[in-house]
Amino acid sequence: MSEELEPTVTVDARGSFCPGPLMELIRAIREGQVGDIIAVLSSDTGSRRDIPLWVDNAGHEMVGIFDKEDHARFIVKKLK
Amino acid sequence: MLIRRKVKNMADKMSIILFSGTVDKLMPVGILASGGVAMGMDVEIFATFWGLQALSKGASEQPPRMSKDFEDMAPMMMQMMQEKNVPSWIDTLKNAKELGNVKVYACSMTMDLMGMNKDSFIDIVDDVVGVGEFVDNAKDAKITLFI
Repeated sequence: MSEELEPTVTVDARGSFCPGPLMELIRAIREGQVGDIIAVLSSDTGSRRDIPLWVDNAGHEMVGIFDKEDHARFIVKKLK
Repeated sequence: MLIRRKVKNMADKMSIILFSGTVDKLMPVGILASGGVAMGMDVEIFATFWGLQALSKGASEQPPRMSKDFEDMAPMMMQMMQEKNVPSWIDTLKNAKELGNVKVYACSMTMDLMGMNKDSFIDIVDDVVGVGEFVDNAKDAKITLFI
């Protein structure tokens, strides 16, 4: 259901290694507006744990993680 | 009271002593600094000896050096990293600096010994400090690493 949310920004970090996708997400959050939906595509295994952990620490919303064939799609909502 | 509150609100800190100048040690410094920034920590890096040498304008134009222990694996590693577009450790560190509070300090003793000055380095170096000042800063760190 959450996957149908239209992201404000999609960050394609596929092929980037830890901590690349996480850092790209942080940059996108910083540059975005409150309420923005940011999608991050990552093929990095570490993202699975690092991204939700960071989102929780930073006080944003982890809307969902969706597995694709060769990557995962992380949907994050900027809350502040 | 006021002072105590200020200390309490300060970000946690990671202090890294970067001594080594080979790519297998430099890469983790860039990655760990990024991890520190991601987790809301201040990061300070005290670059000394070969680690400082790696930040000189000259060294950053040279092909990266590999640790002698793993030199037989170096060509394979380099090829793999190139094929997979792994960013250089300097780029990783620059990115961390853009996103958070990362300070890189040059060791004054190494600079004197090797005849370096502030212009010898790429623009990632913030300041020159002596070991005393670094230790004084590092004593508040939650994580201290010698790499």
